[in-house]
Amino acid sequence: MEGLERILREHDFLKDLSLEQARFLVSCARNLHYATGDFLLHEGTDATAFYLLRRGRVALEIHVPGRGTVEMESLGPGDVLGLSWFIPPYREQLDARAVEPVVAIAFDCQCLRDKLDADHDLGYALARRLFEHAYHRLERVRLQRLDLYGVQ
Amino acid sequence: MSASDPWTPRPLVIAERTRETADTFTLRFEPGGDGIRFAPGQFNMIYAFGVGEAAISISGDPTRPGTLVHTIRDVGTVTHAIARLEVGAAVGIRGPYGSAWPVARARGGDVLIVAGGLGLAPLRPVIYDVLARRADFARATLLYGARSPTELLYTRELEAWRSSGIEVDVVVDHAGADWLGPVGAVPSLIHDVVLDPSRTIAMVCGPEVMMRFSVRALAARGVAADRVHVSLERNMKCAVGLCGHCQYRETFVCKDGPVVSADRIATIFDRREI
Repeated sequence: MEGLERILREHDFLKDLSLEQARFLVSCARNLHYATGDFLLHEGTDATAFYLLRRGRVALEIHVPGRGTVEMESLGPGDVLGLSWFIPPYREQLDARAVEPVVAIAFDCQCLRDKLDADHDLGYALARRLFEHAYHRLERVRLQRLDLYGVQ
Repeated sequence: MSASDPWTPRPLVIAERTRETADTFTLRFEPGGDGIRFAPGQFNMIYAFGVGEAAISISGDPTRPGTLVHTIRDVGTVTHAIARLEVGAAVGIRGPYGSAWPVARARGGDVLIVAGGLGLAPLRPVIYDVLARRADFARATLLYGARSPTELLYTRELEAWRSSGIEVDVVVDHAGADWLGPVGAVPSLIHDVVLDPSRTIAMVCGPEVMMRFSVRALAARGVAADRVHVSLERNMKCAVGLCGHCQYRETFVCKDGPVVSADRIATIFDRREI
């Protein structure tokens, strides 16, 4: 457990978390490995996991009838994967597929929500980080949407 | 050529034509004599006879002045006329003009090249220059973004650069499941790249919005604005700072640019009315 606490506090998303807070969260977390091609999330399923990516890259994909699978964005070490667990009705909006061998900390989302409800200081700290992460992701999506490299 | 007669185009024959993407091609010329010496970042005015002129960055190797290379996107009247020319046809060329990327200043430290779309073309001479003197630089990194995998320029060279001591990260806006690289916007690569802000010189070229976001991302990583350079693009006519077509407030892009440091334009880069 001590190793997992250290890993949690070293990840970009949870950097500067106190040792006490890390200890509080660690019982919800597992260190998992995924092979290339494994799915970490499936669109339409219950959002049961929240990931902190440590190694490897994950493609966020959506299947478009007539076009096939379209990769919307990719995430790598230091990123978080899965935001739907925080927002009702807690259902995944995209597929997430490992395009390289992936190592990630996976949180059980019900466990995590219960912890954040029990400790509002921690809940606020994590909600703020999630908002910051979502803000930067939104910024990236805006840039993609601009189709910058198309003919002006 | 430009110093003695900045107005008269010199006819040059197309020696080779290479298709890069659906709308982008590269022309090679053999000027003869001493060739055309240029500094990375400079541009020529290319004249399609009977149609008009367009400012096109030089995308070849500055250590080989005997070969002049331009990568051109077929996007307007002049470039469309040039796109229809075959090997053996002639265009008029005057130049080179404009300011250069600060390659010499980057020596002894790290060089970070950030390119978006066709913006890789004006930066390719920097890469050639770095490779020719690789030991003079510490870390050399290229972050390159394009719309899709089929719109990446110089795909064979990207691999060669990677194996020659340049870290190359490529990202595309959109991709299918067969693309194994990252998908996203090129400024997001800046967030994750390994860099030492105090010893990095960054050179950024691409669509202006991409450059604005890249400059912000570099600032967020602690790179001072005077260590960040961008290449501005404006409608150029005379190319020698007389006509004012390319004026960007007090800057004549053709003469004072196209390469300028980010601190020089910090107060106007984000302003929509300029």
